[in-house]
Amino acid sequence: MIDFQAIFDTTNHFLLKYLGLSVFKSLVLVGITLLHVAYTTYAERKIIGHMQQRLGPNRVGPRGLLQPIADVLKLIHKEDIIPSCVDSPGVFKLAPFISLVAGATSLSVIPIWEHFVITNVNIGLLVVLAMSSLSSFGVILAGWASNSRYSFLGGLRASAQVISYEIAMALALVGVMMLAGSMNLVDIVKAQISSPYKVYLIPQIIGFFVFMVAAIAETNRTPFDLPEAESELVAGYFVEYSGIRFALFYLAEYFGMIVMCMLAVVCFLGGWYGPFEVPGVPFFWFLVKLYFLIFFYIWVRATLPRYRYDQLMGLGWKVLIPLSLLNIAITGLIKILV
Amino acid sequence: MLAVEKLKERFPDEIVKVFESAGQTVVIVRREKIVDILRFLHGDVELLFDHLADLTAVDWLGKKTPRFEVVYTLYSIRYKQYLRIKAQVPEEDPSIDTVTSIWKTANWFEREVYDMFGLVFRGHPDLRRLLMPKDWEGHPLRKDYPLFLEPEKEWPTYKELREKTRELARYDWYPTLLEREKSEGAASEEADHGANA
Amino acid sequence: MAQTLEIIKKQQGEDQWDEPYYVNMGPQHPSTHGVLRLFLELDGETIVRCDPVIGYLHRGVEKLSEHRTYSQAMTLTDRLDYIASAANNVGYCLAVEKLMGLEIPRRAQILRVIVCEMARIASHLLWLATHALDIGAMTVFLYCFRDREWLLDIFEEICGARLTVSYPRIGGVRLDFTQEIIDELYRFTDEFPRRIPEYETLIDVNRIWLKRTVGVGKVSPEEAVNLGLTGPSLRGSGVAYDLRRHQPYLVYDELDFDVAVEFGCDVYSRYRVRMKEMREANKIIRQCLDLLKECEGEPVLADEAPDLLMPFGKVKTPQAAPHPKRGFVVKGVEVPVVPEGEVYFAIEAPKGELGYYIVSDGTGHPWRVRIRAPSFVHISALPALSEGQMVADIVAVIGSVDIVLGECDR
Repeated sequence: MIDFQAIFDTTNHFLLKYLGLSVFKSLVLVGITLLHVAYTTYAERKIIGHMQQRLGPNRVGPRGLLQPIADVLKLIHKEDIIPSCVDSPGVFKLAPFISLVAGATSLSVIPIWEHFVITNVNIGLLVVLAMSSLSSFGVILAGWASNSRYSFLGGLRASAQVISYEIAMALALVGVMMLAGSMNLVDIVKAQISSPYKVYLIPQIIGFFVFMVAAIAETNRTPFDLPEAESELVAGYFVEYSGIRFALFYLAEYFGMIVMCMLAVVCFLGGWYGPFEVPGVPFFWFLVKLYFLIFFYIWVRATLPRYRYDQLMGLGWKVLIPLSLLNIAITGLIKILV
Repeated sequence: MLAVEKLKERFPDEIVKVFESAGQTVVIVRREKIVDILRFLHGDVELLFDHLADLTAVDWLGKKTPRFEVVYTLYSIRYKQYLRIKAQVPEEDPSIDTVTSIWKTANWFEREVYDMFGLVFRGHPDLRRLLMPKDWEGHPLRKDYPLFLEPEKEWPTYKELREKTRELARYDWYPTLLEREKSEGAASEEADHGANA
Repeated sequence: MAQTLEIIKKQQGEDQWDEPYYVNMGPQHPSTHGVLRLFLELDGETIVRCDPVIGYLHRGVEKLSEHRTYSQAMTLTDRLDYIASAANNVGYCLAVEKLMGLEIPRRAQILRVIVCEMARIASHLLWLATHALDIGAMTVFLYCFRDREWLLDIFEEICGARLTVSYPRIGGVRLDFTQEIIDELYRFTDEFPRRIPEYETLIDVNRIWLKRTVGVGKVSPEEAVNLGLTGPSLRGSGVAYDLRRHQPYLVYDELDFDVAVEFGCDVYSRYRVRMKEMREANKIIRQCLDLLKECEGEPVLADEAPDLLMPFGKVKTPQAAPHPKRGFVVKGVEVPVVPEGEVYFAIEAPKGELGYYIVSDGTGHPWRVRIRAPSFVHISALPALSEGQMVADIVAVIGSVDIVLGECDR
């Protein structure tokens, strides 16, 4: 006889334990990350403002803290304009979602602390790399569908740039994989904690440098932001977007930034490890390292001018990839000898 | 001045008048051999007028008989001196040879003179209007061109733009909403105009 | 548009894959400084042809000045190079004074030099701000504007207007400097040399900046002179043509300053020339302030200068400019009578050689006022500087030749 009771129990068990808990965790994580993304825009404006000897936004709310909310509300109220000569309205509307979803999906494999990861797959690192490649798909679609010269140029440039720097990024992470022996992000952090260096920054200093530069290029931030350079291409591939669609692209860019920083923290800076335990807040060190890296992103934006396109490609192919290959060779040597 | 003497020696029949004004030497020549004159001034080792400071025209309507004068202001960077050459251009045949073969900068100067005065430069590679719109009629800096145009003679493109803004202003929905509340069922077209814009 | 359609029709016979790509950096664009339209024909990223279209800011200044008196026409010259408007005014007044044969008092000359050099620093600060912003360094933009605000405040103290000063008059200047202005200028000249290294540390030896500007927009000295470049754009190619030394006007022959010349012929050397010029301008202002102390209490307006305000008296000119509807008639105003003749006077404006060609017919209105604007010539030289370069370079080149459309279109 079919044991209906057992089936019922296991189904309930599965739904509650796996699906329910995962859905709850992902809601929490996405909500908190969205809040982080919104306030990263605010932090960027304030920090760049202070670096340029002016105050950033300080009118909306106390010290301008409600600025991101005001921005989102304004953008929601704007008219949804779809130019009449777009290649295909469906693709035009789809493109920002692809970028956003690809950026957000990487969040599911990143461990915030030891017991908080939505899905602990054994190929976590590969998932993040695949999703970052997919976000460039949204950029290409936006550039093509807008059917305008500037956005086309911007989309082409962005896609070529992302493809080139992906290789450098992946190769930089190979060093980490070799030292840790696994692609599972939780295992990578555990391997770091149990190794004599505590953070893979020390043996992988070249890898970290290559990874950070490639991450800045992947997310189209200055000094690699020619695809969306305001003074040359007038916002590049999202020049035809307005209102909430523009906000989605903007959010997707900052999402990508935060995901890259999280990945750097997990792979190179030791994840949730800290010199002393803070009671009750197990993700404290993760957040501290994350905020430091985001500040570094913003700092670079305020300081450096922009690379020209062929110099950018030259940097990616001729400098970063050989450096990362060198890094892999050195890591191999360390593994054999030490 | 050495330049004037050399010019008198080399092109004696082309020179109409030599005079000084405010301490600067001016030579009025005829327009036939202007390219040769300027090339001589540009290339001669002792003169070396390599910088074409200005190329413009003056309209002497009512005051002098060859109505137009094309003014070339030359400067020699090596010898630090100015020279002004004026070529007389009559009204019946308003054309003169171009000097773009000597100085590349003359290209836009001559385009502007064509635009503003209507003088045609023979041999110019790309003679079209520069400052005024392409379909403008008339040459503004001539003395018989009025300072303010009559409303009938206004540029047609501007009139079209004005009409278009009046049409599009009807897309401004709040005032039309008030009007509609006042007179029910009046405006039914703003939606169409907004979609077509 | 007809021109571009012709070009497109010519290409339709060719192979589909060889179609050139047309991009219009239109009149509204963040980095063409003003309303300049560049019609680019691209082959991938390289510019094959570049065709600038101007005329969007044409206000008819030359035609208008024919219907105004000489003093009134001076206010029109303010708005040519609106970034350094004092220089335009000084040039025009010097041209008219040369035609009239008027000698202006020494104190007025020194004041005019101070105002010209302040305009030079203000113009170069704005040039650096926009040039750096176009290439991506946005912090330099705000640092430069902080100092430019200081200068504009001093301009406001001097004559009441920040941007379009009409400070000189035919025959001298409007008003003398007060002691507060002189103290403020002393403070500025002390502090400014310390500010310039602040801008330079951000970009001078930055690899990205050097990569973007070295070797870009190269033009040899002979070609530069042939194309008509003047001012810092020419001195970046090694030709030491500075009108303050070649044809000294005002008190420049008594002052001790260097002419900035670099031999790199590219965007980077033009950048270096302008940075050096800012320092030299600062030195000049300092020397002039010391010279001012020697001629305390002297008049700032020549005796033969026409009256400043619009008094009522006999009209000395038979030519008026009546218009049936507007009624623009010069009535009862004493206008300066300039003898018949013509003059071409050029000064070293911040952007290049700004020349005024004034033809007078002996009445109170000029017969022809021609403004030789440096930006006009520099924009005409843009195709030669940018063909063969990449799209991203054209922004650097436009920034380096420092154009402002106000004086190009007049």
